[in-house]
Amino acid sequence: MATFREFLAATKARITEIDPAEAETRLGTATFLDVRELDEYEQGMIPGAVFVPRGHLEGQIENKIPDRAAPVVVYCAGGTRSAFAADTLTQLGYTDVVSMAGGFGRWKNEGRDWITPVVLNPEQRTRYHRHVLLPEVGEAGQQRLLESKVLLLGAGGLGSPAALYLAAAGVGTLGIVDMDVVDASNLQRQVLHNVDRVGDRKVDSAKKTLTLLNPDVNVVTYDVRFGADNVLDIISGYDVVVDGTDNFPTRYLLNDASVLTRVPVVHGSIFRFEGQVTVFDPFRGPCYRCMLPEPPPPELAPSCAEAGVLGVLPGIVGSIQALETIKLLLDLGDPLRGRLLAYDALEQSFRTFKVRRDPACPTCSDDAAPIVIAEYDEHCLPHAVLADGTTTGH
Amino acid sequence: MAVTVLLPTLLRAHADGASSVEAEGATVGEVFQGLIARYPGMAANLIGEDGELHRFVNVYRNDDDIRYLERLGTPVSDGDEIAILPAVAGGAG
Repeated sequence: MATFREFLAATKARITEIDPAEAETRLGTATFLDVRELDEYEQGMIPGAVFVPRGHLEGQIENKIPDRAAPVVVYCAGGTRSAFAADTLTQLGYTDVVSMAGGFGRWKNEGRDWITPVVLNPEQRTRYHRHVLLPEVGEAGQQRLLESKVLLLGAGGLGSPAALYLAAAGVGTLGIVDMDVVDASNLQRQVLHNVDRVGDRKVDSAKKTLTLLNPDVNVVTYDVRFGADNVLDIISGYDVVVDGTDNFPTRYLLNDASVLTRVPVVHGSIFRFEGQVTVFDPFRGPCYRCMLPEPPPPELAPSCAEAGVLGVLPGIVGSIQALETIKLLLDLGDPLRGRLLAYDALEQSFRTFKVRRDPACPTCSDDAAPIVIAEYDEHCLPHAVLADGTTTGH
Repeated sequence: MAVTVLLPTLLRAHADGASSVEAEGATVGEVFQGLIARYPGMAANLIGEDGELHRFVNVYRNDDDIRYLERLGTPVSDGDEIAILPAVAGGAG
């Protein structure tokens, strides 16, 4: 029967070891695999390393490093566990695995680069467990959501479900722009609010609801009219804007600001029993004006306030907006960039249509004039800079 | 050519509440002319005084925007779906 020393020596004879100096040259090309325990990992790690405690190695490695031909540098604290782990990986069919001699301790002592990972605390690990289980999200994806900032335009029909789901998902900062107060007629669909809040500012009601749902979320409120004077200040610094506004001039204004600041917009709109969702990701896909060069005249486009809307409909459309937002934040799947999703609640059907970048778009084409941020009137025509330096629009 | 035209809520009132109608024509423009002959109320929502499709209405042959095909001259085949999607702005209210 082999002693520990004999066993380790035999293992090391089967694998390849490199020292930290050589390992450092492989940063950026090889995948660094940290096989220590969580409490060690939390104290410091090699930047970019993939973390799989050795006890979970066989079970989790295929999810974390699917390519068995990928170069892998395994490390632990001192170089022993990583030697065993490298041996195991070789047995699992990984063909380019080395163990870092001396481990993280020697790496750190030699003054090489390391960072303290931002990790979920125990409460967060429980709260977001269903996310962490998804290999496409995982702890790193959840951390990314916690560091993300999403702006919701409107805390109404679409903004309510979108905000609730984004808060539940742990998006760390939610900005909410709305200047209305809660009205009893809102409660048929605006599920952020309730009877006790009638008469309160919507942003305050939203903040109360969202903070009760998830105290991790920092809710930033803007009790203002979203206009040309503040649009750039408000949207700058956000990763994604969820558009749940209710009029064309605001949507065109947002589009200009989005293209100018390159903040993507997840667009949603509803009418009676129908909804539309798409993603406007500046220069990576069409913009709002590519899809809709001009708005309809008011007599052909009654608002929900005039024409009514089924209460559940914004719940569905706003939830899809939340989903698309998370996809953008985590770079998951195929967002609705360049595609318009049309939902018909009566027919219970979803259809998608192609939305193309308009090569002549006055806002986002190569030849477009510089973007002017100014209020739109009901015609929403593109602003132009006049000879005297002033602009059209008012 | 026999095609199915999918109508948005906004236009259904003009077509006795139908969510889709069958129509004939060799191009999208011809299909719309036939549609307007049957349901005159739709005219204002689709075609402008210049005879062109309004810029605030998007029309798709199957899933392609006809603005990037041949506009109203876009040919249609038997069984095509022509979808009319008007701009809607509602959301907050």
